[in-house]
Amino acid sequence: MTGVIIAGAAETDRVGKLSDHSTLQLHAEAALNAVADAGLTLKDIDGIATVSSPGPVQIAHSLGIVPRWMDGTGVGGTSFLLHVRHAAAAIMAGYASTVLITHGESGRSRVGAARFVPAPTSIQGQFEAPYGVFGATTAFTIPVLRYMNDYGLTHEQLAYVAVAQRRWAAKNPRAMYRDPITVDDVLASRLVAYPFHLLECCLVTDGGGALIVTLADRAGEFPKPSVYVLGTGESSETPVISQMADFTESQAFRLAGQAAFAEARIGTGDVGHLMVYDAFAHLPIYGLEALGFVPKGEAGAFIADGNTEPGGSVPMNTNGGGLSYTHTGMYGMFAIQESVRQIRGEAAAQVDGPEISVVLGVGGMFATSGVLVLGRQPR
Amino acid sequence: MAQKAVPVPTPETQPFWDGCAAGELRIQRCLDCDQPYFYPRPVCPACGSDRVEWFTASGEATLYSYVINHRPAPGFEDEAPYAIAVVQLAEGPRMMTNLTGVPNAPEDLVLDMPLRVTFTRRGDVSLPLFAPVSTATEAAS
Repeated sequence: MTGVIIAGAAETDRVGKLSDHSTLQLHAEAALNAVADAGLTLKDIDGIATVSSPGPVQIAHSLGIVPRWMDGTGVGGTSFLLHVRHAAAAIMAGYASTVLITHGESGRSRVGAARFVPAPTSIQGQFEAPYGVFGATTAFTIPVLRYMNDYGLTHEQLAYVAVAQRRWAAKNPRAMYRDPITVDDVLASRLVAYPFHLLECCLVTDGGGALIVTLADRAGEFPKPSVYVLGTGESSETPVISQMADFTESQAFRLAGQAAFAEARIGTGDVGHLMVYDAFAHLPIYGLEALGFVPKGEAGAFIADGNTEPGGSVPMNTNGGGLSYTHTGMYGMFAIQESVRQIRGEAAAQVDGPEISVVLGVGGMFATSGVLVLGRQPR
Repeated sequence: MAQKAVPVPTPETQPFWDGCAAGELRIQRCLDCDQPYFYPRPVCPACGSDRVEWFTASGEATLYSYVINHRPAPGFEDEAPYAIAVVQLAEGPRMMTNLTGVPNAPEDLVLDMPLRVTFTRRGDVSLPLFAPVSTATEAAS
């Protein structure tokens, strides 16, 4: 294992539509909630990690923290998983003792939020934007037709991913969408980018979350059960979707997963709870296969057979996921938060005492990946 | 109406755009391991060599994957829904493009269908698009 624990974890008071919160406020509220969750004060924090913007300097200064270690890794929505990994390394090296990782994003209301427009000289600006790429719906989605063609994934199976996750969201009072849906409902929702319908695309919301990471030797010093960081992995593949080596699988998912599982010395059979970053309905399919839960080409049927929904053998995306719970733009923080809640036994849709939870994050359009293996006990 | 995005060449991509302006699809290959590659960059992604050269690709390709976008980017309002495609060049590398000379509808866009490059003017550059082989042949004759 890595030698560190998550000692505090919290989201903003509310997630969803928060037009009265700036991006900075969302970070600050999440940070204060996480520090309180750990029974600490901001003066206990000596390391800070977050993405730009606002970035670690702004967040540290806003909270009166003088960091002796900082990490501004910003590689998309999985960045917070990488921050946990980097914090573990820093803590083990003695560069920091108590690291605060924050996320805040006014993704829906866009209050104090930066806009991402690629420079016309960038690789994206020269070789993607001229073809009408405009946000994640127009690029992240492109690989799936190749997967459907090569492995027989059906439109109905893709739609069922959203149905399964809505069944979890129905149990979560904080989820933005909780009403049950059917495959027909999904396929009748308007096309966003064929073959993806609206209900196969994530929400766009406001919210934030924060974590406190510290040395595992301190487990038991905190009000809530400590969550052990048993293994971590990270990888990157390509900055532009056209250069993904194989459109039917994510190399970054696979490599990050292998690193994390090896460090934790676990196999898929040890995993009692799983989060797979679901910006779109195909991601849980790619994730289940990359982590080895099912053979290549079988994840669509696996989900459609009910294996990942309430009562299934691999409970996945139990907060409702980016499709039904919340998705600020960089959803990875919320995936970690749900895994922490499940290990602690305090989730809204609590599964039966998972000893190990795995979080798979993605950044950019299959550009980067991070994986965390979290546990109730050290290994 | 907003304008479509126009690429701005950089020193390492200029030969590609010069090729497009001349009606040729020029990409790079490695002189040490012979690997052809795209997008333009100074080092071979297969072996790390910086001994690379430009060559003119055949312009032949097949349809690798695509989406049909219903929420248009600025400048694409009149064309939505439009396909954003990734094609595989006969030489191996893949590139993003738009598909012309064919209805941008699922029943007309069959994966692995043969395509050929064609060029369209956009601002100061010529942009490579791809069309089904039969259509491209008709347009050229």
